[in-house]
Amino acid sequence: MSLKIYRVNMSEAKVSVEDVKEEYLALGGRGLTSQIIGDEVDPNCHPLGANNKLVIAPGLLSGTMAPSSGRLSVGTKSPLTGGIKESNAGGLAAQKLAKLGIKAIIIEGQPKEDKFYTLKVTKDGIKFEDTSSELLGKGNYEVMEKLLVEGGKKACVMSIGQAGEYKLEAASIAVSDPEGRPTRHCGRGGTGAVMGSKGIKAIVIDETDAPGVLVKDEEKFRGAARRFTKNLLNHPVCGEGLPQYGTAVLVNILNEAGGLPTKNFRTGRFDGAESISGETLAETITERKGNTAHSCHPGCVMRCSQIYNDKEGNYLTGGFEYETIWGFGANSEVDDLDAIATMDRICDDIGVDTIEMAVTIGVAMEAGIIEFGDAQGAINLLKEIGEGTPLGRMIGNGAGFTGKAYGLTRVPVVKNQGIPAYDPRAVKGQGVTYATSTMGADHTAGYAVTANILDVGGTVDPLKKEGQVELSRNLQIATAAVDSTGLCLFVAFAILDDAEALPNVVEMLNAQYGLELSVGDVTELGKSILKVERKFNEKAGFTKKDDRLPEFFKEEFAPHNVTFDISDEDLDEVYNF
Amino acid sequence: MEVEVRLFATLRSILAKEDRGVGIVDIEEGSSVDDLIEYLEIPRDIPLIIMINGQRKSEESLLKEGDRVGIFPPVGGG
Ligand code: SF4
Repeated sequence: MSLKIYRVNMSEAKVSVEDVKEEYLALGGRGLTSQIIGDEVDPNCHPLGANNKLVIAPGLLSGTMAPSSGRLSVGTKSPLTGGIKESNAGGLAAQKLAKLGIKAIIIEGQPKEDKFYTLKVTKDGIKFEDTSSELLGKGNYEVMEKLLVEGGKKACVMSIGQAGEYKLEAASIAVSDPEGRPTRHCGRGGTGAVMGSKGIKAIVIDETDAPGVLVKDEEKFRGAARRFTKNLLNHPVCGEGLPQYGTAVLVNILNEAGGLPTKNFRTGRFDGAESISGETLAETITERKGNTAHSCHPGCVMRCSQIYNDKEGNYLTGGFEYETIWGFGANSEVDDLDAIATMDRICDDIGVDTIEMAVTIGVAMEAGIIEFGDAQGAINLLKEIGEGTPLGRMIGNGAGFTGKAYGLTRVPVVKNQGIPAYDPRAVKGQGVTYATSTMGADHTAGYAVTANILDVGGTVDPLKKEGQVELSRNLQIATAAVDSTGLCLFVAFAILDDAEALPNVVEMLNAQYGLELSVGDVTELGKSILKVERKFNEKAGFTKKDDRLPEFFKEEFAPHNVTFDISDEDLDEVYNF
Repeated sequence: MEVEVRLFATLRSILAKEDRGVGIVDIEEGSSVDDLIEYLEIPRDIPLIIMINGQRKSEESLLKEGDRVGIFPPVGGG
């Protein structure tokens, strides 16, 4: 059985099937979505117009027994940044698409009438259904519940909430988790707005009688997958830290390091940090009989996700990440985990990126729309997005848009995308990544927190300039490659520390596809992806000037009284490879 | 001299639960982080991340009166 690419043309309501081109065979995930966007989309098109495309692709290893390999990539021209976008999510979609033999789905064109369709993906192909009357105006929780009752509990739903229908620039695409809930999202960059612009409310993926993933050398694959699972389980962060505390364990370490942006990036320590820390979160979850070690898809051994119950012990939200807790917490001076969990839930339901919204709430507080620390005010603002009020639409268009509406200068964005959770002045390697990533301010694009704060993959002093450009460059290259495999980026903790881990990944790829890749080829793959993305952005009008942080990061930042002092010339060296 | 010790994640169980990992330790003048680790009986089988007054330091670093010493087991996220 050969892999297929489905092309869904919304202008003509037509689906066609294509064989995978030779050049695309060894690509998957981000490598494939970025390549297809680079090959097929005019960089100057309107992101919400008929000429933009939305590409959905599982990673190269998705659907196999490789641990933590069910990550999905969605690529497009971003309405938020105006540049290329790959947004990565967990949930069940990638594994199911891979098992159906689908290398990618390319959605193009635009329906002539103002209708919202549901796409049904099965072993027999893709069908349309006009579901405007049942699903329009509904949030992701309700949409998924409805579609999963119809399509059988085992299916996966990708859907947009009201924010995607309104085509707001922070709209996300939700991907259902193993419980059928919308807790996993292609969050960043407004992919949900593009899906909305294509007239698609939901995609149901049903793998009944799917052929499964073809692995050329099963035995070799199994051996490498087992060894790689061990590499992950033996690493203290992947095997113990993540399942025990989730990502929110970072609250305290960033606070201690003075790099936890507080009050819209004013200082690096938050008095209320302990109340919103990973330790407090884990205790609260355990007390209320939630789950601290939830997998966002079957086969993840790091299980960083969780299920958070309210005071009565009823489910409130899941996939409650550090960045979300930081933003609705420290950055907004809110120290109430239940309030933050409620905000997370609202964002998941309406379908907006929690990071963009967290940064935007900080900006809304800066603007005086609500006061810093006003949790209820923040909850109300987020609800307005779903209601489609003018104020809600402003918030749903993100931090840059909201900052402009109020004439602010303290607006933490790069390429119009909100800066997450690690202050560029006190975690300088991260600042380099924010400034230069093809994605706009994206913490995952080159996660320098590893060597800057966590002692993973070496040590680079976070407060000094030295070594940061090289650190960020190497991580950006490695990340582009990891994002193509379908492996969760968190495997990088093990890969950076354990020399045996990466060869096992390469061996899995070779065994599955009958390739003869070496470890060096992985770096080359990462570089080539970044080049494709960079070229797209250049054609879309981006220049060196877009690889800069906002001016206010030149102001001193407590407690270390540091500034972002990496020169423009040094930043321009990042892509010198 | 007195230093403020802040223990995180799994290391918190070394102090009483209500301390939430934070305590004042009276330790001999001229002690290093290493001495402090010994004194607190922090297990040696895991690598530790040390911060003194918010700055990354090694276990050999000497302590001063009033220092804020953060000690973490390996943690990560993203
Ligand atoms: S580590 Fe977390 S985000 Fe990554 S695949 Fe596992 S549960 Fe999902």
